[in-house]
Amino acid sequence: MTVLFLAHTECDGTLAKVSLETLTAAKALADGMGAELAVGLVGADVAAAADSIAACGGTFFAVTGPAYNEGLYSTDIAAAEAIAKACSAEIVVAPATSRYSRALPGLAIRLGGRVDTHLSGLNVVDGKPVAKRWFYRQRMEGSFTRDERPWVLTLDAGCAGAFSGAGSADVTAVDADISGVRTRPEGMICVSEDEQTIRPDAEILLVTGAGWTKKQADGEVHVAEAEDSILRFLSATKSSLGSSKSLVDISGEGGAVISFLTHMHQVGQTGATPRHAKGLSTCCHGEEPHVVGWRFINERRAINTDAGCGWAQGKCDVLYVGDAFAIMKKVNELLG
Amino acid sequence: MGNEFHIVVCGSIVPDPLQTLAPQDGPNGPILQNEMMLPAVLDPWAGHALYEAADLAAKNPGSQVWLVSLGPKAKLQQVMMAVSQKAPFQLVVADGSSSGFEDSYETAKVLSDTIDGIAGLDKSKLLLFGGWQSASRGSGAVMQMVGEMQGVSEQFQGVDKITVGDDGAIEVLERVEGGSYQKSVVDGAPAVMGWATGELPEPPNNPQIGMQNMQKNMPALQQAKPADLSGSSLSFASVEVPQQRRETRIVKDASVDEMAQEIVEWIKG
Repeated sequence: MTVLFLAHTECDGTLAKVSLETLTAAKALADGMGAELAVGLVGADVAAAADSIAACGGTFFAVTGPAYNEGLYSTDIAAAEAIAKACSAEIVVAPATSRYSRALPGLAIRLGGRVDTHLSGLNVVDGKPVAKRWFYRQRMEGSFTRDERPWVLTLDAGCAGAFSGAGSADVTAVDADISGVRTRPEGMICVSEDEQTIRPDAEILLVTGAGWTKKQADGEVHVAEAEDSILRFLSATKSSLGSSKSLVDISGEGGAVISFLTHMHQVGQTGATPRHAKGLSTCCHGEEPHVVGWRFINERRAINTDAGCGWAQGKCDVLYVGDAFAIMKKVNELLG
Repeated sequence: MGNEFHIVVCGSIVPDPLQTLAPQDGPNGPILQNEMMLPAVLDPWAGHALYEAADLAAKNPGSQVWLVSLGPKAKLQQVMMAVSQKAPFQLVVADGSSSGFEDSYETAKVLSDTIDGIAGLDKSKLLLFGGWQSASRGSGAVMQMVGEMQGVSEQFQGVDKITVGDDGAIEVLERVEGGSYQKSVVDGAPAVMGWATGELPEPPNNPQIGMQNMQKNMPALQQAKPADLSGSSLSFASVEVPQQRRETRIVKDASVDEMAQEIVEWIKG
């Protein structure tokens, strides 16, 4: 039996942290089941990536070439299919990057198997693999297994320690058929480092709520002041920015908007569930959807004018009852 | 030159996001407490996909939109009374569970089989739309599997924008990490688009569209075939809501300066 760890390289030829974490989980799974470990790498050039994890003890396979630098569904699934078939994988474990979250569910169909995605844990119980994942958008966590094989699994970030162990890898080249691909990549659209406000690896998440665009004590809205305060905080701390749904939806309702917020900033039931060590919520209120958005935030503090806020009570560590405009202005002054 | 698309939107219903959810054991695995009593809404991402489909069809005369939905038909009927007022579409129903605990493969199989049964669907013009995630299972896996079962290998997930050229080529923006987009161009249909939020606001209710839709969609609900989702070996050992109640310290009598100072010290660790 073979457990295949499958990963793609980043633009610089390295493996992402989540890929290294997934390798740890895949190796533990293979060891626990007494299975062979195979490593499949996809990218323009995977030599450096392969060497960086050579000590994992797996048998290395790779699909390489310029076409695999970009993360198209059609090329990624062809590469994954070729590697999985080359090593006769019964279980495929891959990182839940945007690229593989896109491509690998389809791999299950091509292999005649099944898929489970966004795992939060992977263990061996009585010699069988047991997976964990969240249901209903991080509301409840389930533990499950299945008999169908091949079983394709993707693992979310932060669920295992990153593998470390370099060496010299002997990589078997595998060919994939991408002759029928009808999509061509046109590159990435990235915000500049100065303008970037979504930072998945940041220490802190600043969440903005609709209160920033509501009338203040003087009866006026102060959106420009709100934007300045939020941006100054982000600049000083290099935090990531999140938003409540009500705030990003305000544009569609004709309300005043924070100009740099989009639906991509939305956290919660219908948005992202980011992972950060600390989270500071400002001008938010709400209940269940916020619990979902903050599921993976370790330390949580909130600034809110309502001491009885249903979100804050029992769900954040410290609630500062006050005016976020005034408090954040002072915070920014102290941060310099 | 216009482009005709046959747009199939896959989308089901989910519990209203504001509801408190709890699991319990059912006869075939976990279910939600009071599942049939919970108010339901169209899955948010499926909704975005439907509104984008209607907009695309309106811009490309001759195009048609079908909404293929797997769910309990009684609940679907309630939700569709509201959704039908938003955009013109033909409803196609598979009567079965919309539970988030159902196997994504079994769900995809039912959806694919249901698509195969749509009369008049030209698969050379097929754009398969749906949400890239759902508010139930949240696997982000069903659309890809339906696409593969339909033989469609040009797929996109986390889509926020598509632009159709005169030659039928479609430029697609897909979300990737860090608030960035991947831009690519597919030479035309067939293709799969798993939508993120898109760029369109929720359409206002239009009772006239609602009347037209329900004339077609009520028969579709009545004729819905039972869906068989029993083919999976998926077995749950447990499903739990984590108990994470925190002891919240309320700071309300301190000055702005004191609160700010404490926050800064916390930030700096």
